[in-house]
Amino acid sequence: MKRIDPLGIYGLWLRDVTRFVRTPSRIIGALSMPLLFLVFLGFGFEGAAIPGLPEDVDYLEFLVPGIVGFTMLFGASFAGLSILSDRDVGFLKEILVAPVSRTSIVLGRIAGGSTTAFLQGILILLFSVPLGFRFTSLLSLPLAFVFLVLIAVTFVGFGIALASQFRDSEGFMLIVQFIIFPLFFLSGALFPIQGLPGPVQYLAYVNPLTYGVDGLRAVLIGTSSYPVAVNAGVLTLSSVGMVALGAALFERVESV
Amino acid sequence: MSAITVEQLTKEFGDVTAVDELSFTVESGELFGLLGPNGAGKSTLIKMLVTLLRPTAGTATVNGHDIHDERSAVRDSLGIVFQEPALDDELTGAENLALHGRLYGQRTDERNQRIDEVLDLIDLQDERDELVEHYSGGMKRRLEIGRGLMHEPSVLFLDEPTVGLDARARRDTWEYIQKMNAQSGISIVLTTHYIEEAEQLCDRVAIVDDGEIVALDSPAELKSSLGGDVVTLALESDDSIPRFCDHLETASWVTDYTTAAGTVHVTLTRGESRIVDLVHLADDADVRITSIDLHKPNLESVFLSVTGRTFDEREGEGEVKGKGKYEGEQNHTASADSPRHNDAATSVERQQ
Repeated sequence: MKRIDPLGIYGLWLRDVTRFVRTPSRIIGALSMPLLFLVFLGFGFEGAAIPGLPEDVDYLEFLVPGIVGFTMLFGASFAGLSILSDRDVGFLKEILVAPVSRTSIVLGRIAGGSTTAFLQGILILLFSVPLGFRFTSLLSLPLAFVFLVLIAVTFVGFGIALASQFRDSEGFMLIVQFIIFPLFFLSGALFPIQGLPGPVQYLAYVNPLTYGVDGLRAVLIGTSSYPVAVNAGVLTLSSVGMVALGAALFERVESV
Repeated sequence: MSAITVEQLTKEFGDVTAVDELSFTVESGELFGLLGPNGAGKSTLIKMLVTLLRPTAGTATVNGHDIHDERSAVRDSLGIVFQEPALDDELTGAENLALHGRLYGQRTDERNQRIDEVLDLIDLQDERDELVEHYSGGMKRRLEIGRGLMHEPSVLFLDEPTVGLDARARRDTWEYIQKMNAQSGISIVLTTHYIEEAEQLCDRVAIVDDGEIVALDSPAELKSSLGGDVVTLALESDDSIPRFCDHLETASWVTDYTTAAGTVHVTLTRGESRIVDLVHLADDADVRITSIDLHKPNLESVFLSVTGRTFDEREGEGEVKGKGKYEGEQNHTASADSPRHNDAATSVERQQ
């Protein structure tokens, strides 16, 4: 069988997207937590003096890219979860017995999961506008989309790699909670990482989300800790790495 | 060309041998049944044949493709319906079929044509755009069987196709399976622990117990290997039994008989036409019959005669399948039982 099978990848992608747009309850569920963070933190800390925050930047402006990144984490964990719930309901066997390589299956799932995570990120971005968020320029949006895609692929790949190590969805969901929040807090999403104690800062430097959030800030509000190119470069590497990791680990998944 | 040839196929899980050096062939166009109690190793065998599990030893070919070396070709040429439902409930029937078509490399035109054909075959054309979660159990089963046919495989595996269905849906499913087999000439291998299912549907049945095939033939042949029907006569008094037996000895159409307290079991062919003769015989012997019971052999009696146990007893023994645990008992039954057991065993060896 071919290693890369576009039609099979497209079929799996279409399935994820169809299911996503068909269940508004799932979309609302996925967006409610990030929205709560956005509304309460955004208004609660409005005008507060946060160390390390650039002077001309409003906290809500600073927060929106971080919450968008957080939304992507959630979307990615759902992608990992969907593999396990496929196993729970038996559907995984239908996919695994098809003449499609494991690599293609992983690529299809990453494509589907990334698309839904991407859409969730866009929705949060749209919701932030009535809350008072202003884009520096609409021209920056395409560049923001690139960052969203890179963040989505990185973490969906990670989610699938992680999910492949579990046999059922319950254990996975438990662990995911302990991974999402540290990644979130250690990404500079809520406050500049310069405010973290020295050793902890290093953890933030190896967190791909740090570069994702920083890159989004660079293109959306025009302020960032690193140049756009550095952020984009790190994220590209991490997304390739995570896809490879996901594919390698999924290769060994037993179907029965 | 045989649809499937299996040679010395073995699967061990740790100390437990789930499938033990199985060998058999399935002819092209045949409806082949694997009958056995739960835990006999049928599903494990199927999973190896569809390349979801790697065998511990031995090999098999599906449509001439080796399950070790040509996994992709094997997958292309077979369809499978799993024991547990494997549909996406959140997609419609047509979408489930479309996803399957894409995974099997069907382009748009071919795919849409096949979706229509399959939906017609399984009578789900009107429900094609409904979400599968709203389907009944029987409709889901049909959709799965239809999906297995989407890519026009030459062999279709059905793992316990009617488990969990009510009597009506089960009969419908049988009809669809026979229709498919007759119309498209596809070879079908089905596993079942329903005796009736194997008898009604299959051209040939392999009876599987404890990872081994203990008998293999057409249902009719398997049943006739038992020597015929059994008529059980209850007599008014035990004293009359010897007198009645003397008369049975003289009847050329009696194959065999055994006696128990107050009853005589007579083995003969075409039992229903011999009941009158038996009554006459009793009259001649001046014996009064209080009841007559005609028992037609089914595959359950075959299973009983070959393994010394009924299906229910076998399943009641639980999941433990440590090899050798029951062998002593089986041998004991074999020696205590009539020579039929050996006949059946020889016919298996010949078949294999």
